[in-house]
Amino acid sequence: MSRIAETFKRLRADGETGLVTFVTAGDPDMERSATVLRTLDRAGADVVEVGIPFSDPLADGPVIQRASERALAAGATLASSLDLVARVRPEIAAPVVLFSYANPVLAMGLEQFVSRASVAGVDGVLMLDLPIEEADALRDAAVPAGIDPIFLLSPTTTEVRLRRAAALGRGFLYGISRLGVTGKRDSVAEGARALAGRMRAVTDLPIALGFGISHPDHVAEVGRWADAAVVGSGLVDTIAGASEGGDLETVVDGYVRWLKGESSRGQ
Amino acid sequence: MDNTAEFTLPVFGRRDPDARGYFGPYGGRFVPETLVEPVEQLERAYYEARRDTAFAARLAELLKRYVGRPTPVWEAARLAAEAGGARLFLKREDLAHTGAHKINNALGQALLAVRMGKTRVVAETGAGQHGVATATACALLGLRCEVYMGTEDMRRQALNVFRMNLLGASVTGVDGGSRTLKDAINEAMRDWVTNVEDTYYLLGSVLGPHPYPLMVREFQSVIGREAREQFVALAGRLPDAVVACVGGGSNALGIFDGFVEDEAVRLIGVEAGGEAIVAGRHAARFAAGTAGVLQGTRSYVLQDVDGNIEGTHSISAGLDYAAVGPEHAWLRELGRAEYTHVSDAEALDAFKRLGRLEGILPALESAHAVAFACRLAPELGPGRTILINLSGRGDKDVETIRSGATG
Repeated sequence: MSRIAETFKRLRADGETGLVTFVTAGDPDMERSATVLRTLDRAGADVVEVGIPFSDPLADGPVIQRASERALAAGATLASSLDLVARVRPEIAAPVVLFSYANPVLAMGLEQFVSRASVAGVDGVLMLDLPIEEADALRDAAVPAGIDPIFLLSPTTTEVRLRRAAALGRGFLYGISRLGVTGKRDSVAEGARALAGRMRAVTDLPIALGFGISHPDHVAEVGRWADAAVVGSGLVDTIAGASEGGDLETVVDGYVRWLKGESSRGQ
Repeated sequence: MDNTAEFTLPVFGRRDPDARGYFGPYGGRFVPETLVEPVEQLERAYYEARRDTAFAARLAELLKRYVGRPTPVWEAARLAAEAGGARLFLKREDLAHTGAHKINNALGQALLAVRMGKTRVVAETGAGQHGVATATACALLGLRCEVYMGTEDMRRQALNVFRMNLLGASVTGVDGGSRTLKDAINEAMRDWVTNVEDTYYLLGSVLGPHPYPLMVREFQSVIGREAREQFVALAGRLPDAVVACVGGGSNALGIFDGFVEDEAVRLIGVEAGGEAIVAGRHAARFAAGTAGVLQGTRSYVLQDVDGNIEGTHSISAGLDYAAVGPEHAWLRELGRAEYTHVSDAEALDAFKRLGRLEGILPALESAHAVAFACRLAPELGPGRTILINLSGRGDKDVETIRSGATG
């Protein structure tokens, strides 16, 4: 059983809502990024998503765009992001999922990418602009290497394509709870519940819901319909604030524990 | 003198890509999940519309009575005399309403938006010509219009920003990345992905996910159909070469389409050579690019070894873009079209030369095609003919050139 499958099995057994955390690799630099990944794991993140910085992140809102720019300016690449994962992997328990746009991966070459990701200990890979119809080659390379291909589903995804994703996806399915780009919102979209229901009707795979989640109340709400909540921009924003002088470890640790409902937000 | 060409209905359905939108290995549909269904809806709506003779007739009517088509073909005899060698002809897209070929596509897609029941249109623009054309089509058809434009381009093309405002569109500056066309497309796609229920994305070139490269080419193919007929009437034969500038490549595919089956006719695309073929200082994708995926399509892209998109430079904002339309990559691989580049300085020189010798100020984009044709004319020699797509007029560039010349 893959590390991702084990994690979700444990969460279901404990009746717990999982917390999937997204950060951009190399933001603000590789050293501090390594600290962030270790801290996330220690603070109780159930899955750690590592975003690969890209020059043209067209599915991302301003917060993650800026993170990508900071990481690129500090010299981050797909290759150095894989090195980062390899470096911290022995120290963290949570499964690691790479979150990338297609071009950096295609530039490295699919086979080379999968082989390096596998050696680094990557558990899953999700490509933002590689819909199911374009993902055959990635899937064919990743699955034998023990890497779960994870697909995104949206409120606009049709039933036919939901079923296709359920059949081809591994690890978990990632539902985008609202239309639009990544970013914090004040509430969980109404569409989130409907999408989770539609996904549940076609799959037993674990379901994570994301886009706009940045508060423990959101996490708890999402937990009623899905296995896990994904927090991205809220965390990236917190890191951006902390890296301007605060104690990164303390701030990230506090944020994750707050999201998990273990503490009031004392920063 | 050559306005005798009969106006014909658009012809759709020739040379379609495969079912997944690929021209050979190029094209496809690399979009975020939320856009997959909207893009498939668009494809269905477009395939339906192009089978509908009423749609084609309405578009033909607008192109004729509103845009002023057919645009003429003019023999540039004084330009040819100075270049020496082949005869030179200009397809005068600069005379189309709003001053460039962009209106052909903007009207076609705006009609489609109305047909799909959309009430709001978003578009990107580089030089501002596509933004102006889209704002125009939206004003005519009663659609709300929002145009995204890099702040660097807004500075370079301030007059076009004002024109769009006068046409009732709102222009939103994009401050990310290089603040040019590429960043405007990112932002237009972010808007579309957020407002997809009532919003139509009116993409301005043969780029992006399928069906855009096909659809934009078909809406621009009116250029090539007219030009072939007009050229034959004027010269009594087909041209030896057809030359067009290539940013995304919509004007080039528009004119190439009329000649692509005439195998003896050379099809030549001219990219922006900028200051030098050094990363960041040009936009010649076929000179220095490699296959990659940018903004929804697989094509030739200027990128670094890590797959990040490189900065580009051109004196003309409309050619200042890191990727090229996927069908161009395919035509090149098939050996059916050839691609070359000219520098900023050569384009500027051609701009001035065409004004001085023919009384026509071309867009700086189109000046790249003029520059290359003047280089090719003596190589081909007397008795040969070259047809240049003069894709737009140069009023928008006068200020850039004036400040450059005096500064």
